[in-house]
Amino acid sequence: MTNDITRLSASDLASALRSKTITSVEATQAHLDRIAAVDGDLHAFLHVSSDEALATAAEVDAKRAGGEELHPLAGVPIAVKDVVVTKGLPTTAGSKILERWIPPYDATLVERIKAAGLPILGKTNMDEFAMGSSTEHSAFGNTKNPWDLDRIPGGSGGGSAAAVAGFEAPLAIGTDTGGSIRQPGAVTGTVGVKPTYGGVSRYGLIAMASSLDQAGPVTRTVLDAALLHELIGGHDPHDSTSINEPVPGVVAAARQGAKGDLKGLRVGVVKELSGEGYQAGVSARFDESLEQLRALGAEVVEVSCPSFAYALDAYYLIMPAEASSNLAKFDGMRFGLRVEPADGPVTAERVMGATRGAGFGDEVKRRVILGTYALSAGYYDAYYGSAQKVRTLIQRDFAAAFERADVLVSPTAPTTAFKFGEKLDDPLAMYLNDVATIPANLAGVPGMSLPNGLSDDGLPVGFQILAPAKADDRLYRVGAALEAALESSWGGPILNKAPELKTTELAR
Amino acid sequence: MSTISRDEVARVAALARIDLRPDEVTRLAGELDVIVESVARVSEVATADVPATSHPLPLTNVFRDDVPEPALPVQDVLAGAPQQENGRFAVPQILGEE
Repeated sequence: MTNDITRLSASDLASALRSKTITSVEATQAHLDRIAAVDGDLHAFLHVSSDEALATAAEVDAKRAGGEELHPLAGVPIAVKDVVVTKGLPTTAGSKILERWIPPYDATLVERIKAAGLPILGKTNMDEFAMGSSTEHSAFGNTKNPWDLDRIPGGSGGGSAAAVAGFEAPLAIGTDTGGSIRQPGAVTGTVGVKPTYGGVSRYGLIAMASSLDQAGPVTRTVLDAALLHELIGGHDPHDSTSINEPVPGVVAAARQGAKGDLKGLRVGVVKELSGEGYQAGVSARFDESLEQLRALGAEVVEVSCPSFAYALDAYYLIMPAEASSNLAKFDGMRFGLRVEPADGPVTAERVMGATRGAGFGDEVKRRVILGTYALSAGYYDAYYGSAQKVRTLIQRDFAAAFERADVLVSPTAPTTAFKFGEKLDDPLAMYLNDVATIPANLAGVPGMSLPNGLSDDGLPVGFQILAPAKADDRLYRVGAALEAALESSWGGPILNKAPELKTTELAR
Repeated sequence: MSTISRDEVARVAALARIDLRPDEVTRLAGELDVIVESVARVSEVATADVPATSHPLPLTNVFRDDVPEPALPVQDVLAGAPQQENGRFAVPQILGEE
């Protein structure tokens, strides 16, 4: 029976909890058992918080038994990416420099999760400080893709995506600076949403690039993503960039979209985000999805966003520049690792250099040094200044495109999941994974990836939907409509096609 | 546009306060050269008439009422520090001898 609980969507599990056919303790234990059985292979979790999760579950069960009014997701377990601080639970951001650090406070989104009574199963693996597209840059080992254990689960949020795809959790939290929610979603056959910049509070996220970072839902269904989005979204006085307006009606939009009527909707295909460089199977599934959207009544038009050709370049100047500044706080003084230099005087400056030399991994060093270089005297205007101008051009492209279309679409990633090590020695090849997701971060607009089939290699492909800022509800309407049409053509969710994971016998 | 020498990497790494081993300096010099050459394309389209954007959505400054709010308990914050003394962070000597 426990096996069946982990297969339920968060929405169905919430209904079962409400009707008291399952208790939260049962649901939480089922997921903890699943983690114990498969995470030895997957390594989606850096820390499993069994005791805390079961305590929350028992509390919710008691409240429900007492007839208390609860949040719709109360009792549904969730996994949290390790870049989000959790009071009392280790938070490393995938870095040696924060190994064994226990934060003294909760991120706002974690406060909301706790207040709503969702048991937190644990913290998920990620590329160090969210820098990467494969989770191979984690200081604590790779997370495997549940579809093929020799392949990457995407990144930086590979742990959250693998946990959800591997039925270890029905819900997870991700963060997306250049595609770290959407690209892992694409390569694991799951749903990931980057809300409008400012839609979800960044308070308590260990920042990489503050003008690009955004937290969002990682789930198996569009409706589940909407439910989680509504829970974590909304204004937060602790984040001065937080949007002081109500969260768009994403749950209502997902329910409306699932009815399958897209008449009158204009879908713009971004010319620059297809064709050359995209795997044949990825392009084929994309074209089929466009047909599905037409069949649902949408009008499909082509739009051109010429500046997108420069998005990746602008991103790899702005992001490292902001990261080099944000990561300056890891100086060995107030938290985390402290390493003293091997010889010579032990001054604060030399301790900082030794600590960062020992505590940061290769990709973090690469980006911090690149960012420092781009901001240094003599280069600032040519690099950082120019990149900020490209950002303006990309925003103008989006504005023009959204004159002609209600949503824009593209493949989420150019290829399916690649093998471990394949791109590790070629940073530029690794960076190309995010070519289709980065423009949304630069412009602050919301984006969703949902699975739209398997490529010729039998691995999942992602379909990306982009909407204007603060119109996140459009993602859910279109996403839910496409999801319903695709699932009816497949005869069920895409994850039914994933291979069964080998399970370790439980000692319990 | 530029060639990034080993000396340049060492100089920037010092600015970034990251001690690098000699082999790391060599590898980064090669890698950063390729990356910088690629991203320098931004200057092709960043003409003088285009304004810079620092932030995705237009923002105005945010104020709150000037009333004290509770801060984190000192001991909770110090608990994560590498070294503490008398309710404060203990840090190495700040200034060098020279």
